[in-house]
Amino acid sequence: MLLTLKIFRFDPEKDKSPYYQTFEVEASPTDRLLDCLNRIRWEQDPTLSFRMACGHGSCGSDAMRINGICGLACQKLVRSFQEEILVEPLSGFKVVKDLVVDLNPFFEKYHSIKPYLITHTPPPETERRQSPEEHQRFEEAIRCILCACCTASCPVYQNKGTEDYVDPAALGRVFRYLFDSRDEGTKERLDLLDQPPMAWGCQTFWKCTEVCPKEIPVTKQIGQIKRRIYESKPEK
Amino acid sequence: MIFNHDTVIIGAGLAGLRAAVECAGKMDVAVVSKVFPTRSPSGAAQGGITASLGNEEEDRWEWHFFDTVKGGDYLGDQDAIEVMVRDAPRVIYELEHMGIPFNRTSEGKIAQRNSEGHTQDYGKKPVKRACYAGESTGRVILDALYDQCLRYQVKFYLEHYLLSLVFDGKRYAGAVIYDLSRGQLHLLRSRAILLATGGCGRIYKTTSNSFASTGDGMSLALQAGIPLEDMEFVQFHPTGLYPLGILISEVARGEGGILRNRLGERFMERHAPKMKELAPGDVVSRAILREIREGRGIDGRDYVHLDLTHLGDEIIEKRLWEIAFCSRTYLGVDPVYEPIPVQPTCHYMMGGIPTDLEGRVLTDEKGSMAPGLYAAGECACVSLHGANRLGCNSLLDLLVFGRRSGLAMKREALQYDIPSLSEEPLEKASSFIRRLLNQGKEKSDPIRRRMQTVMMEHGSVSRNEAGLKKGIEEIQSLKERYREVRVFDSKKSFNYELMEAIELGHQLDLAEAILVSALHRRESRGAHWREDFPHRADRSYLKHTLIFQTPKGLEVRYKPVRITRFQPEARIY
Repeated sequence: MLLTLKIFRFDPEKDKSPYYQTFEVEASPTDRLLDCLNRIRWEQDPTLSFRMACGHGSCGSDAMRINGICGLACQKLVRSFQEEILVEPLSGFKVVKDLVVDLNPFFEKYHSIKPYLITHTPPPETERRQSPEEHQRFEEAIRCILCACCTASCPVYQNKGTEDYVDPAALGRVFRYLFDSRDEGTKERLDLLDQPPMAWGCQTFWKCTEVCPKEIPVTKQIGQIKRRIYESKPEK
Repeated sequence: MIFNHDTVIIGAGLAGLRAAVECAGKMDVAVVSKVFPTRSPSGAAQGGITASLGNEEEDRWEWHFFDTVKGGDYLGDQDAIEVMVRDAPRVIYELEHMGIPFNRTSEGKIAQRNSEGHTQDYGKKPVKRACYAGESTGRVILDALYDQCLRYQVKFYLEHYLLSLVFDGKRYAGAVIYDLSRGQLHLLRSRAILLATGGCGRIYKTTSNSFASTGDGMSLALQAGIPLEDMEFVQFHPTGLYPLGILISEVARGEGGILRNRLGERFMERHAPKMKELAPGDVVSRAILREIREGRGIDGRDYVHLDLTHLGDEIIEKRLWEIAFCSRTYLGVDPVYEPIPVQPTCHYMMGGIPTDLEGRVLTDEKGSMAPGLYAAGECACVSLHGANRLGCNSLLDLLVFGRRSGLAMKREALQYDIPSLSEEPLEKASSFIRRLLNQGKEKSDPIRRRMQTVMMEHGSVSRNEAGLKKGIEEIQSLKERYREVRVFDSKKSFNYELMEAIELGHQLDLAEAILVSALHRRESRGAHWREDFPHRADRSYLKHTLIFQTPKGLEVRYKPVRITRFQPEARIY
């Protein structure tokens, strides 16, 4: 099939403002969108820039906006699209070149929520015990690959005035530790999460859940975090 | 620009990051990665990590030791393997204490499951030895180590690409790197350098590997006069999704998946009566190839079926979520109801840069050292995996030998001064890039595609003399064309064409090294299967290949295998 890709282009070295460029690619229905982008780069225009690595949805490099919806180019088969596909960089981040965005703010926010197990008691010689039921509470969360699709889709994060909201990816990660029975940092986590731009920033738009390439129920997790904060407060 | 660091680590996968964690706090550590650290291929490892914890059933490190030796068809160095398997339980507990969310048994211990080639009591029956965190084991460890690095102030050069290693006449003293985002060159001067640059599966057309797996570190070592060890041993994972080559992890077989041919037969019963689908990867890949060659591929084509339908939707949704998701996404095949089409896919390099047990790079068959240079992980060859790596042993390798090389650097490097290198290596790198940008006429892409096809035809699961010779000739003529390669994108920022052109040079060098090593090994062992020499020949070939780049071309030499406990026996599963 002959596909038309309309791609966002911007090279700060030479362009005053971004523009869209259209490419035609011959593709088979089971090709990944990533294959088409590579074919453009290898056969038509070597200057097209986008990130990629694993090519099968486990590294999170090739997150972009595809027909307006954030997703991984390596997870989208061209047969699921009509003739023209609109390809743009993730929204909410500064464009460095073409489809490459500056993800430093994303990782800074992620690191601000203490994405690690907090413990005060010394570990036993072998493993800390945890029941399968305790493990199950956070098990979906460990699939997260930090691709930033959820954050780039979040209306709160995009809106002026609320852009300091910590973002769904970071909250999804903190969920994993808050609900891990081995973690001993509950109080400091809850104090942090109770700050205005943290958990309460979520307005339950469900966009994060809709786009997550790993089908993680992010919105539900944020809801559980809010409930946990609420329940930790003394009754009035 | 010139920067100084006590130690420079190239590669931010598990081996590199584990070494960095070891050194951090004690010395000034820099990690260079051509991708973001959480994007490294280690993160794609789904199967798990082996250790003889015995949480599910009786297990002993001696059995793990034996399985790894036999899995590697007796080519692995047994002193190294013993170090790895004895250290394995410590590694798992360390990870658990770091917060890795391992699955659990009903008693609350770390759960374990079957993985190919792992047995109880020296081969009697399969044993549950692989610890796992859902299907995200590699990824959660990668994220955890990256986080530790940041807490310990490790300096990251993200999206920086290694161009050359600098030798000051006495020691390896630094590296020239290229900043992909800005198009600038930097010289990093250091007391020690660790290569943790991973494998080179992208030399092959059908591969599970990341686009980043281009073997840069191995190739730069070869160019520096360091040999590469056992490069003919290239692992083809039995179950790549047909036709993309994306990995369907061995978890599927560990949980009870069955391989079937066109007639619906469980053909592994014939090829490995005891272990069946849980036989090592090379045995299963060869069995699949044989079924296909004998006309029992599905629809007469070159794939077979991986059948999970008998497992039921609960097991599939809970324990094989990733596999089911992949199969549904890429093929529209729902494994709850239909079998998954699979074919062998290039997955892992057993060979690499020879090192001792502390990650120190060796420069010849006598054990001479390359001062200041270390290697760990898939780019290195200790040799643990011999002629074939067992499932779930690679994460263990990365963490055991990543740590050991970190310890060695911490112990050894600080006694040397940071070298006072001139700007000459920078000028050399800069003129190399100028040439790529301004001279020549060939595009990289057609050369790369041809190389990938040649390697599939002549250097994959099954090999023979005529094919290997033809393959070598073809790669050499591609190397001629590569001399004329030109980069047409002249932009400084995110010039991926430039990076891929440089990678292609490395890939071609390694392709030739693989084929030449394979041509010289006139026997079949592990992943190296010669149709014209179908048997293992211990009397002539129980030895490691070392391939050197010399002014006259590639030269093959050998060194002995270190056997401490298990004498070679017939390898039957």
